[in-house]
Amino acid sequence: MHPAISVIFFTVTSGAGFGMMFVLGLGLPVHQGAWTTILSCGLALGLAVAGLLSSTFHLGHPERAWRAFSQWKSSWLSREGVLAVLTLVVFGLYALIWLASGERLASLGYLSSFLAALTVFATAMIYAQLKTVPNWHSKLTPLTYLGFALASGFLLAALFISTSRIGGVHVAALAAIFVAAAWLFKFIWWRRADNVGFSETGSNAGTATGLGHLGDVKLLESPHSSDNYLTKEMVHQIGRKHGAKLRFIAVICGVVVPVFLCTLAIFSGLIVLPLLVAVFSMFIGLFCERWLFFAQAKHAVSLFY
Amino acid sequence: MTQLPTQTDKKLGLVIDLDICVGCHACVVNCKEWNTSGYGAPLGDTNAYDADPLGSWLNRIHTYEVTPQETPAYDNPSSTGASPSHQCGSGDSLAQLVHFPKSCLHCEDAPCVTVCPTGASMKRSEDGIVLVEEDKCIGCGLCAWSCPYGAREMDPMENVMKKCTLCVDRIYNDNLPEIDRTPACVRTCPANARHFGDFADPNSDVSIMVKERGGMDLMPEMDTKPVNKYLPPRAKVKTSDGLEIAAEQSKSEMKADGFLGWLDKALEKMG
Ligand code: SF4
Ligand code: SF4
Ligand code: SF4
Repeated sequence: MHPAISVIFFTVTSGAGFGMMFVLGLGLPVHQGAWTTILSCGLALGLAVAGLLSSTFHLGHPERAWRAFSQWKSSWLSREGVLAVLTLVVFGLYALIWLASGERLASLGYLSSFLAALTVFATAMIYAQLKTVPNWHSKLTPLTYLGFALASGFLLAALFISTSRIGGVHVAALAAIFVAAAWLFKFIWWRRADNVGFSETGSNAGTATGLGHLGDVKLLESPHSSDNYLTKEMVHQIGRKHGAKLRFIAVICGVVVPVFLCTLAIFSGLIVLPLLVAVFSMFIGLFCERWLFFAQAKHAVSLFY
Repeated sequence: MTQLPTQTDKKLGLVIDLDICVGCHACVVNCKEWNTSGYGAPLGDTNAYDADPLGSWLNRIHTYEVTPQETPAYDNPSSTGASPSHQCGSGDSLAQLVHFPKSCLHCEDAPCVTVCPTGASMKRSEDGIVLVEEDKCIGCGLCAWSCPYGAREMDPMENVMKKCTLCVDRIYNDNLPEIDRTPACVRTCPANARHFGDFADPNSDVSIMVKERGGMDLMPEMDTKPVNKYLPPRAKVKTSDGLEIAAEQSKSEMKADGFLGWLDKALEKMG
C-alpha cells in the first residue's frame, strides 16, 4: 500500500495524544498548578487534533469531512471520527474543570480514558477490517495500535509526573514495561505479517481471475501503458525497498533507546530529561514502523497485476 | 446509507465471456466515452497526451497467459531428467491467452459500501447496483482499499471515487431507443462477450448462460458474493488434433455430390 505521510503522521501523533488522555484521565499524579494542567492537557489535545487535521489532508474533499460522522453504524472510519470528537469534548471538559477548580473529576476522567481507548481501537479497525490486506487483517493490529498509544502516551504524560513511584513501581520502569510490551506485540505482528501472504484466504492469480483450474496464470499485458490509481495506491512497491534497514531503525529508536533511557532514569534519579529524549526517539521509531505498516502491506489487487 | 440491503428485488449485473473476448478494448473506450459525459463528474485524465498519462477508467482489460501445470504421465515417457512438459502444446491442453475485462462486480456483500464513512457509497435495494453519490464523497479512498478487484478508482481531477454505474443512466433511459437501454460496454462489444441482465430471475438470459457454461465468481474466498459472473474459456484442442480434424473435413468435402459431384465426375472422365 502507498504510505501517505499524512496518514502516517495522523496514526502516530493522534495515537500518542489519545494515549496521553487515557493516562491522564486515569488520574496519573502530575504536578500541582495551572501550568502543568495547561501543558499536559494541551499537549494531549494538541497531538490528537494535529493528527486528525493531518488526516484530512489525505482527503480529496476535506470540506465535506463532516459527512464522515454519519455512517457510524457500519463504518469504522466513521466511528473513529465520532469517537475522536467525543473524546476531545469529554477530555476537554475534564481539563477545563481541572484548570478552573484544581479538581480532577475522576468520573469524567475515566470516561475520557475509556473513549480515548475506543478511539485508538477504531483507528486500528479501519485497517484490521480489510480482508483485502492480509497483513492488517488480524486481531494483532488493534493490539499493536493500543500498545503504541499507551506506551507513547505514558512516556509523554510522565514528563509532568509529580512522583517517582506509582504503586511502588518506578515511573520509568513502568514506561519501559509499556514500551517493551507494545513492541513485543509488534514483533508478533511482524512475524505473522512476514509469513501470512494470502494464505488465510488462499487467494492467488488463479482465484482472482477464476482461471486457476486451467493452469498457471501470468499477466501478459497490463490494461494500460502506464501506472494507474490502483497500481500507485495498492500495488505500491518502492516503499518496500529499504524494509530491513527501516525495521532496524524502528527497533533501535522505538524500543532499544527508550528502554535504555528509562533504565538510566531509574538509576540516575533523573526522570524528565531521559524520558524526554526517549519520547523523541520513540516517535522516530514509530514513524518508521508506520511507514512499513503501509509500504509492506500487500493488497489483493496486486494479484491481478 | 452504507448499510447493505438484506435483499434486493433485482440483481442486475453482467456476464463476461472469457471464451470469446478478443481483447479489443472497445468496451473500455465506450465505457469511458459514455461515463465521462453521463452520471456524475467527468472521468478525468492527467497528462493525457504525455509520457505518463493517468486517468480514471471504470473498466479495464488485462491479458493473461495460462499455462497448464501438469502433463499427464502417458504424454511424458521419460519420468527422469528434464522433460519438455512445460512447453506449450506438449501436454493434453495448450497454453492459452485470455483477455480479461474487469469492472465492478456489484457484489451482494459489498465491503466497499459498508466501509464508507459518509454514505456516499451505497447498494440500491431495488436493483442491487452499487453506486457512489459523488457530491457526498470525501475522497478518503477507503472503499477502493476494501474492494478485492480493483474496481474503484479515484478521479485525478475531481478527487471523488469513480466506479462502474452499470450504466444506470442508460438502462432506465426512456430517451434512448430500446436497443440502447443496455450498458455501453455490452452494447459496443463486437464479439458479444458481455451480457447484461437480472440474475434474480432464473429464466433470464444471463442466468441461463451462467447455468449452462459454469459461470464463476472471482475470488469467492473474499466473501463479497459478486453478482457479475465470468464464463470460463472452453477447453482448447491441441494444434495437431486440430489439423487432423481439418484434414478429415477437407477429405469429406472432396466427396462432393449433386451438381458439383456430377461436374467432378464429368471432368475426371474427360481425362
Ligand atoms: S467489485 Fe468492488 S467496488 Fe464493486 S461492489 Fe464488489 S467490492 Fe464493491
Ligand atoms: S472515497 Fe468516497 S465513496 Fe469511497 S469510502 Fe470514501 S467517502 Fe465513501
Ligand atoms: S456497465 Fe457501463 S459503467 Fe459499467 S463497465 Fe460497462 S460501460 Fe462501464
